[in-house]
Amino acid sequence: MQNHAIDIQALRRGPLQDEDAAPPVTSLAVNQLSLFYNQDAQALYDINLEIPKQRVTAFIGPSGCGKSSLLRCINRMNDLVDGCRVRGQILLDGEDIYDRRVDVANLRRRIGMVFQKPNPFPKSVYENVAYGLRIQGINKKRILDEVVEKSLRAAALWEEVKDRLHESALGMSGGQQQRLVIARTIAVEPEVLLLDEPASALDPISTLKIEELIYELKSRYTIVIVTHNMQQAARVSDMTAFMYMGKLVEFDSTDAIFTNPAQKQTEDYITGRYG
Amino acid sequence: MAIADIHERGGRGLLPWIKSGEPMIWLNAAAVSLSVVAVLGLLFLLAVRGFSHFWPRDVMLVNATYQGQERVLLGEVVEQVQVSGEQLREAGFELAGAGPFYGRSLIKQGNRDFFPSDFVWVLDEQLGERRYPAHVMVVERLEWGNFYGTLISVSRDGELLADASGEPAALWRAFQDLIDETLAVREQIGDIERGEIGANNYQMERLRLRERSLELEGALDTAAQAELAAERAALDVRYAALQEALYALYDSVDGFTYGARLADGREVELPVSKVVRAFRPNAMDTADKAWMYLKKLWEFLSAEPREANTEGGVFPAMFGTVLMVILMSIMVTPFGVVAAVYLREYARQGFVTRTIRVAVNNLAGVPSIVYGVFGLGFFVYFVGGEIDQLLFREALPSPTFGTPGLMWASLTLALLTLPVVIVATEEGLARIPKSIREGSLALGATRAETLWRVVLPMASPAMMTGLILAVARAAGEVAPLMLVGVVKLAPTLPLDGNYPYLHLDQKFMHLGFHIYDVGFQSPNVEAARPLVYATALLLVILIALLNFTAVHLRNRLRERYKSLEN
Repeated sequence: MQNHAIDIQALRRGPLQDEDAAPPVTSLAVNQLSLFYNQDAQALYDINLEIPKQRVTAFIGPSGCGKSSLLRCINRMNDLVDGCRVRGQILLDGEDIYDRRVDVANLRRRIGMVFQKPNPFPKSVYENVAYGLRIQGINKKRILDEVVEKSLRAAALWEEVKDRLHESALGMSGGQQQRLVIARTIAVEPEVLLLDEPASALDPISTLKIEELIYELKSRYTIVIVTHNMQQAARVSDMTAFMYMGKLVEFDSTDAIFTNPAQKQTEDYITGRYG
Repeated sequence: MAIADIHERGGRGLLPWIKSGEPMIWLNAAAVSLSVVAVLGLLFLLAVRGFSHFWPRDVMLVNATYQGQERVLLGEVVEQVQVSGEQLREAGFELAGAGPFYGRSLIKQGNRDFFPSDFVWVLDEQLGERRYPAHVMVVERLEWGNFYGTLISVSRDGELLADASGEPAALWRAFQDLIDETLAVREQIGDIERGEIGANNYQMERLRLRERSLELEGALDTAAQAELAAERAALDVRYAALQEALYALYDSVDGFTYGARLADGREVELPVSKVVRAFRPNAMDTADKAWMYLKKLWEFLSAEPREANTEGGVFPAMFGTVLMVILMSIMVTPFGVVAAVYLREYARQGFVTRTIRVAVNNLAGVPSIVYGVFGLGFFVYFVGGEIDQLLFREALPSPTFGTPGLMWASLTLALLTLPVVIVATEEGLARIPKSIREGSLALGATRAETLWRVVLPMASPAMMTGLILAVARAAGEVAPLMLVGVVKLAPTLPLDGNYPYLHLDQKFMHLGFHIYDVGFQSPNVEAARPLVYATALLLVILIALLNFTAVHLRNRLRERYKSLEN
């Protein structure tokens, strides 16, 4: 059984961080969350999950299992879907994000999201990164310059684009665009970063860069990543949730999931028997 | 064998040829060629018929026997046709030859003030030898159309300056000098009449309206009355002075006359003050004629119409068309965009939005005259009437906005073109990828901010497409305008130096209506026909220019927001 599982230690870039030194603090707590599209199409069934702060949590599972839906629940992106309804709670630092009094725009600023396909705005590189700040009414050039540089450096993009900040972002490669989108997201200093298959549309080298970036960023952000690629989940994540048919099957440390899964379904999936 | 099968399938015959798709290609090519030929042919016809009118043609002197009399004809051959002999015999002509066809010429002999008609149709066989004497002159006049004849004398205030007994060149030079002097004076007269007297009258009218409004408010006390009277007196004094200057100018050229001999030998004395220009086409070489052509073309583009629109230029009509289209664009774009944004971004997609979309699309198919009737009934009489009651009571009973005018024409056309803008904008909004909107929302932007900062800029090329279609439709529309503001002759432009500069309540001229008026309402159809072609071509060029501008703008926007590859 162990033979089929992925050798997680070999995939890692080094020993696990000293994360076991102090018990991780919960950033997001999902309580009994159910999601319905229209009247009877239920997408998620009573999900319970505690996502730790400053760790990378991966959602894995076969297509249509609800992992992206769950991710989109966390920053209320599903509000935009007509006829979509949520039952249960998601607590961000103890506050229910589905509370009536929550300002959704502000919530989304605190919980940034990067999508499957790079989606830069048809503006310059600079304006893409500055967008979130301008939305907040920050228009001082000095502050914008500083944040743009800092964010692009954090997204490991600064060296590549520093001479073409004012050219259109649409002329960049897919990998650069995706890192730009990450830079744009971290420019507004979110607490949580949601990544929805951030590397699925990219070539292997760009994928590697994104993964390195995720590794860099987790010291400052709580990261939740949805991925189809199990090696990727094993490489970048500290915690892994396996979902199947809208239900959370297993949630544990990545080590445990990949080396010693508690559920037969999980094992079958990660060893490639279905999905 | 397989190879044999292939040969079998690809063999000769009609069916394989049809299957090969080649007939479809030929059919498509034929359709495209036909369209191109039709458009080019149309433009060519308009250009040839319209713009050849301004070329100074040679003037022919000929003896003609027609209607049982021998006459001398002097004029330009404007048109030549072939008529069947049978038709002519039936009409009672006695023909010498027996041929099946006879040439017939339309000769413009002008001199409407001396001859019963300025155009005559004459059979070529009734004409004698054609001569083109160099001394024949053409005089374009402010009244009675062209004059054709021979110059015999020029006098100033009854004193003979030169006549045919002297040097012919001196006589002609004396005539031209008088014309130049008169033109200069006429320009001054025009400046005073339109500029200073116009402004004076405008202030006078405003003064009257102020008095009336004070009266309506019951605030017309003695102090106010005195003030108004003082202002009026000042204006009166200025008016009298201007009037005097004007009379002096008129008098200064009143005594200029020229004597001329008509084709039939009559000698007449005519005022120089009515002359626009005089020239001797038979004595001109090609370069002179080309220069004259350009001058006449420029006059057509830049001058005001004369003689019930059959002479002169079309500038006011051009100006009115462009101004109305611009105003229409300013009105229709915000409305259309706002409506499209609501339908696409905010409204719940369902039965109601579907119904609204169907209604909008149907609006695009409503005949334009229906919009005209609606504009007249709703905008002019109802809205305009209410505005007059509320804001322009002092001018009543004469209406200000309660009568057809520039604003209502623009608004009616805006309504007419609204569906186009809505549909185009909606399509543009629908094309913007969801991922872009989500990207913006995920950064903490509200829906309104996303719309304003990302979605609308990206949809702007689509809005421009809508506007281009709207402009193309609006600039060529005539029928509704006849009801809501276009007139055959507007005394002033709707944009001038008098506050508030843009007069939305004024009636205006329009090239489309000008074509209709000149071509079908004109008292002198023969004289006006070339102008119909020229005006039509001008309208086409104008619409093309407006469109090119908009297309250029759109392409620049497209370049900036070019669609994402993903």
